[in-house]
Amino acid sequence: MNFSMDFAALGLYVASFVGYTANLYRDRRWIGRVATLLLILALVAHYDALLERSRIIHAIPYDDLYGSMSLFAWLVGVTYLGLETYHRQRAVGSLVVPFIIFWMIVAISVAPSSVLRAPRANGALFALHITIGILAYAAFAISFLLSLIYLVQNRVLRHGKPGLAFWRFPALDVLERMSRSSVWVGLVALLIGTSLGFVWEHRLTGRFAIADPKVLVTLIVLAVYAAYLMIVRAPAWRGARAALVCVCNFGIVLFSYTIVNLYFTNFHRFF
Amino acid sequence: MPMDSITERNDATARGRVAIALIGCNHRTAPVELRERVAFTPEQAVRAANELCQMGVIEEAVVVSTCNRSELYGVTSESGESAPSAMVSYFTDFHKLSPADLSGRLYRHAGPEAVRHLFRVASGVDSMLLGEAEILGQVRDAYNRALENGSTGPVLNRLFQGALEVGKRARAETEIGARPMSVALAGVKLAERVFGELKGHSALIVGAGAVAEQVVEHLRLRGIGELRVVNRSLARAQELARRMGGEASNWANFEDLLDQPDIIVTSVSGSEHVLTRAIVERAMAARSGRALFVIDLGVPRNVDPEAESLYNVYLFNIDHLGEIVVQNKKAREAELPRVEAIVDEHVTKFLAWQSSLEAAGLLDAFRARLDAERRSLLAAHFANLEGLSESERARFEKLTEDLIDRIVQLPSARVRQARKLRRQLEGLAALRELFGLDDAPNESNGDSDDEVQS
Repeated sequence: MNFSMDFAALGLYVASFVGYTANLYRDRRWIGRVATLLLILALVAHYDALLERSRIIHAIPYDDLYGSMSLFAWLVGVTYLGLETYHRQRAVGSLVVPFIIFWMIVAISVAPSSVLRAPRANGALFALHITIGILAYAAFAISFLLSLIYLVQNRVLRHGKPGLAFWRFPALDVLERMSRSSVWVGLVALLIGTSLGFVWEHRLTGRFAIADPKVLVTLIVLAVYAAYLMIVRAPAWRGARAALVCVCNFGIVLFSYTIVNLYFTNFHRFF
Repeated sequence: MPMDSITERNDATARGRVAIALIGCNHRTAPVELRERVAFTPEQAVRAANELCQMGVIEEAVVVSTCNRSELYGVTSESGESAPSAMVSYFTDFHKLSPADLSGRLYRHAGPEAVRHLFRVASGVDSMLLGEAEILGQVRDAYNRALENGSTGPVLNRLFQGALEVGKRARAETEIGARPMSVALAGVKLAERVFGELKGHSALIVGAGAVAEQVVEHLRLRGIGELRVVNRSLARAQELARRMGGEASNWANFEDLLDQPDIIVTSVSGSEHVLTRAIVERAMAARSGRALFVIDLGVPRNVDPEAESLYNVYLFNIDHLGEIVVQNKKAREAELPRVEAIVDEHVTKFLAWQSSLEAAGLLDAFRARLDAERRSLLAAHFANLEGLSESERARFEKLTEDLIDRIVQLPSARVRQARKLRRQLEGLAALRELFGLDDAPNESNGDSDDEVQS
């Protein structure tokens, strides 16, 4: 398996991270634009790597750990780019892009590159079910990062000595709104993805595998994020409490994505 | 501005021998009582620049006057102290002061030091409040007024445009202008860290004080929505509300108002807490836990510090804000070497440009001198050679003109292209002396004639 495009994408992500960090400390618009441009180039290169992988295995790259993790990292980047454009905030890029880099490095390091299995099940519906499911995880990951920044900023505001980064990161209210947008994307994507999964399975087997641990945990994820969106409407829960809920919710997502995938389910191995 | 003055000024610049002179006083050299007396209104600044140019010694002039400084910038082709002395006399007379009033208060800079001074002023490092942003706008306004009025010329245009670039770069490339430096602004900036844009948010001002008014000013600049003022004296509250552009309320209703505002600024004298923990707790319940930002400017404190532990209450007293200002001041001071490096870079650039101007002026003078020699030499020869036809005379003219062009062409091109050479040519006065470029043309012409005749 040739990883050249993956490494090219990784290099561009690192360059983009340098750009976002420089933008955070220098606060010059052109540096921010260059960072965004580098992120776009990284996403294009990364997409090309995923496409190449798809051509080889004749399916979207979800059926092995590397493909799944790589797709997840790419979708985190795409979702973040959407949020950056919508909320006009670049400061957060200096924390989201390293997350993507970390994820890519882990994927390249731990996933055996030689394992390229033939897909067990084909079809556009199945592909959509998986891709949209991973998009939901990516959006939840971003909301987790934003909530983490919220908690740190809130702590610095109350007790710490505000450094330069404190003045450059978005206001608490903006961070909360960005996190909320991200959760909305994740929740809608997970709802659609899960529904598509049910439809696909029903067509294939004529039944709904409600009892599968992955399905049960996914329903819990849906419930906790729906609860988050409910409580964040109440002023008394807004702020640090809501951010903390969001951080905890992501713990369940991680549990679903790792432990459940690897040990508790038979047909949701790597996604 | 009369056209004659402008023409004279451009001629002087073309001759290439001009010097920048600066006189003035600022917050470091003069107390506020004196600075008030020597300040120029915009109209006075325009008039002063005009009058300086009409004195004959100064060819270009700009007056920079802010609450912390009054400075005259002039360009002169006179050497020595005549221009600075004339500027000091004018400054003293304009403000109807005696020389003793300004004794030890005025500073004078010339040449590179004057350039450096203006660049440092524009970058904010010479300001009372290190890195303040207003000074750049004030320098820009002073320059634009002088430009419109026609009292600037090539040298001051270049100098002030350079200063504006330095100011912009200093703020864009360093942190000299970042982070709030006053207690009032620090409070408002912290509120922005919570709410983002303050448009649409509301504020309640409890009591009145100078710093509270500054906070309101910053809130207003950021488009704060509803603004309400309460004071123990309703009349005073009404007066403040009128001045601040808000609404006044009775002190008796004070607690009922707490469920509305997002920001509360307290500045009340008295030893009792105006906002106790219980009051804030009730207010938070009434506002369904919506975030509340409180700036306590009172000494003794107006808000019970225990209120800070309540969820979604952000409380900052004067010490918190003061500490942030001190941290920010240190952070700005740490940026000084980077700003000075930008200033150095632009001073070098400006001096190189000035040298090139001077070198070009010298070459022009050299060419004019050669041309005068050529004409007198040809006139003498043509007088002795009566048999020459018109076309032959024209060929001689053309030949000698081409010769001079070739002599001057190479050094002109090199001076224009090579920055290093321009720096080496900084002591051009010696060259002028060597070639007698400042002598009256007829002196040398006489010599030439004698030589030809002999």
